[in-house]
Amino acid sequence: MSFSRKHLLGLEDLEAKEIIEILNTAVPCKDIIKREIKKLPTLRGRSVVTLFFEPSTRTRISFELAAKRLGADTVSIAINTSSVQKGENFVDTVKTVEALGADFIVLRHSVAGSPQLLAETVKCRVINAGDGAHEHPTQALLDLFTLRERCGEIAGLKVVIVGDIMHSRVAKSNIYGLSKLGADVTVVGPPTLLPPGIEELGVRVMTDLDAALEEANVVNVLRIQKERQQKGLFPSLREYTRLYGLTKERLARAPRDLIIMHPGPANLGVEISEEAATDPRSVITTQVTNGVAVRMALLYLMSGGENGDELLN
Amino acid sequence: MAMNCLIKNGLLVDPVADRYGEYDLMIKEGKIVGVGKDLAGEGLEVIDARNLVIMPGLIDLHVHLREPGQEEKETIATGTRAAAKGGFTSITAMPNTIPSADSASVITFVKAKSKEEGVVRVYPVGNITKGGVGRELAELADLTEAGAVAFSDDGLSILNAEVERYAFMYGKLFNKPFLLHCEDKNLTADGVMHEGTVSTRLGLKGIPAVAEEVIIARDLLLAEETGARIHLCHISTKRSLDLFRGAKARGVKVTAEVTPHHLTLTDQEVAGYNTATKVSPPLRPLQDVEALQEALIEGAIDLIATDHAPHTKEEKHQEYSLAPFGMTGLETALGVILTKFYHTGKISLERIVQLMSVNPAKVLNIPGGTLKEGSPADLILLDLNTEWEVKKDDFISKGKNSPFIGKKLKGKNLATMVAGEWVYKS
Repeated sequence: MSFSRKHLLGLEDLEAKEIIEILNTAVPCKDIIKREIKKLPTLRGRSVVTLFFEPSTRTRISFELAAKRLGADTVSIAINTSSVQKGENFVDTVKTVEALGADFIVLRHSVAGSPQLLAETVKCRVINAGDGAHEHPTQALLDLFTLRERCGEIAGLKVVIVGDIMHSRVAKSNIYGLSKLGADVTVVGPPTLLPPGIEELGVRVMTDLDAALEEANVVNVLRIQKERQQKGLFPSLREYTRLYGLTKERLARAPRDLIIMHPGPANLGVEISEEAATDPRSVITTQVTNGVAVRMALLYLMSGGENGDELLN
Repeated sequence: MAMNCLIKNGLLVDPVADRYGEYDLMIKEGKIVGVGKDLAGEGLEVIDARNLVIMPGLIDLHVHLREPGQEEKETIATGTRAAAKGGFTSITAMPNTIPSADSASVITFVKAKSKEEGVVRVYPVGNITKGGVGRELAELADLTEAGAVAFSDDGLSILNAEVERYAFMYGKLFNKPFLLHCEDKNLTADGVMHEGTVSTRLGLKGIPAVAEEVIIARDLLLAEETGARIHLCHISTKRSLDLFRGAKARGVKVTAEVTPHHLTLTDQEVAGYNTATKVSPPLRPLQDVEALQEALIEGAIDLIATDHAPHTKEEKHQEYSLAPFGMTGLETALGVILTKFYHTGKISLERIVQLMSVNPAKVLNIPGGTLKEGSPADLILLDLNTEWEVKKDDFISKGKNSPFIGKKLKGKNLATMVAGEWVYKS
């Protein structure tokens, strides 16, 4: 079987077997990363453009490394959002990028749906690297890969996602990916950060983190943007930490084998304490490494590769 | 040139004159001079309207003509032609132009330009407050004398209740309705679609239904207290309807409109991020749409208005959150209502005339709504059974931002007459 999608805009409309194929392909990719010479010629002569309308270091670098290890030329374009407000037109910009010869555009944008608009505008392949509060599919894929690597199987896992569910594309893509692979997902946060109708995506909704953690196998802690407090969604970071932070004390009460995840970058001391982030149960740095492997797998499959075994030949 | 003619064999629908059936209409010097069976009109041009329906011209109480100031979106010339094509013989010109219609000079300009370049009757609406920004009262007497038929800060609600209360009190000098767009901007914030399951799924910032409902509740109370006559623009939720009905039952002088898009499209349309679906108030979930439909069928809603809001291709062809709010509506309204309500047996042609002609005329206190003897010869001829697909290239309006593009409709206006003159023929 090959992965036949032209674009990756989100996990919502992927089938479980497609997700599994990406994860399977990421296994040999990870082996390549561990090699001394970490390069393959699969994408030689192709160009991968990372087009970021929103600042991000780790996702961009992860994509660039993934592309480079497959031999692609990479270009990174960062457009600050204020110049968009000043009249930099999205459609015009992306047409220019395509005309320069991009084979893949990896897009990060603060407006949900922008990757779809991009895909409708250009002929090259589009990968969503995070759009507004919509989806961040490669983050969820690397989270799934990390869980599968750690636990062997996703089905049956009890996963708690805690924090700003309302504004989180990571939560959304994780919900789709985890549910499709048979995990049991609970989202936790204050009522002001729980989006309406989220239960219709097939998750349990809770507001008490301690209660939610009692039976959990995994906790995925979301980054809290400090400006949410200024918008009045909760009274203070202090109170947020007390109710929803993964603190040392809370972790002490949680199951012993709880896996701790965070998409990064973390506000240490706010949604997660330093102790929790560096606890032996934390897989946060593994997630970062796996991000490169998963993105390699995706680029490989989208450029026409099959099942991934040849990656090792 | 106004012509003298005799329209024969059409099915006349004129509930005000209590006529429904085959009648001939004699038209002289821009007026209806005779209605009857087998009228003899010697020397008159005879128009055969066999198999066609004759209705009083439609009246749209809610149109953004964009001129002056935003002629790239629409002009009086293009907007009135789009209206004529859609079957409208009278339309308002909403005041959120540049400059805003908060002074007599803008009203005078719109009237003069409409006379010069327009093809249907244009009734300008003046602002309630200076600049339409809700702080200081506009010169309502001046606006009235210049010809404003109503007052509105459409697009925005007056957030300061004191300003609105004074406007309602002062406005009693004029006997003009206040056309109120009801949304609390603090609650809509930077939302771009209805807040609910679909906005959650799409990751777009939501606008809660209650943003509309709190302002409706407040405006109804202020109208009740001051005795002002108010008209609620494009109400879109079930609770808004309940509030409206409750107030009407208590005797508050209130009327309300709904749009064809709120009556027929749900927030599911936003999936795919088509910016033509971005509108204020936003498309709502099915339960609200069904409540609006029921209210329309039961007769609880006074009228249908389009909220025709054209934008340029460039403005709409960008990221969903950055595209402006608004849809065009003049050229699809009648087709949508006929398709979804008449052809499904839910409302009659008489009722459509009430909703789209008689009642808007009443609210604005302008001529129209009937074709009885002595009335202006403002009428349309429609074919109930033509099936057609809405196509982007067929719009006369400069705005192609219609969520109905690609949809199939049944029933179409074929010809529009204003003051005895054909201003549109298909």
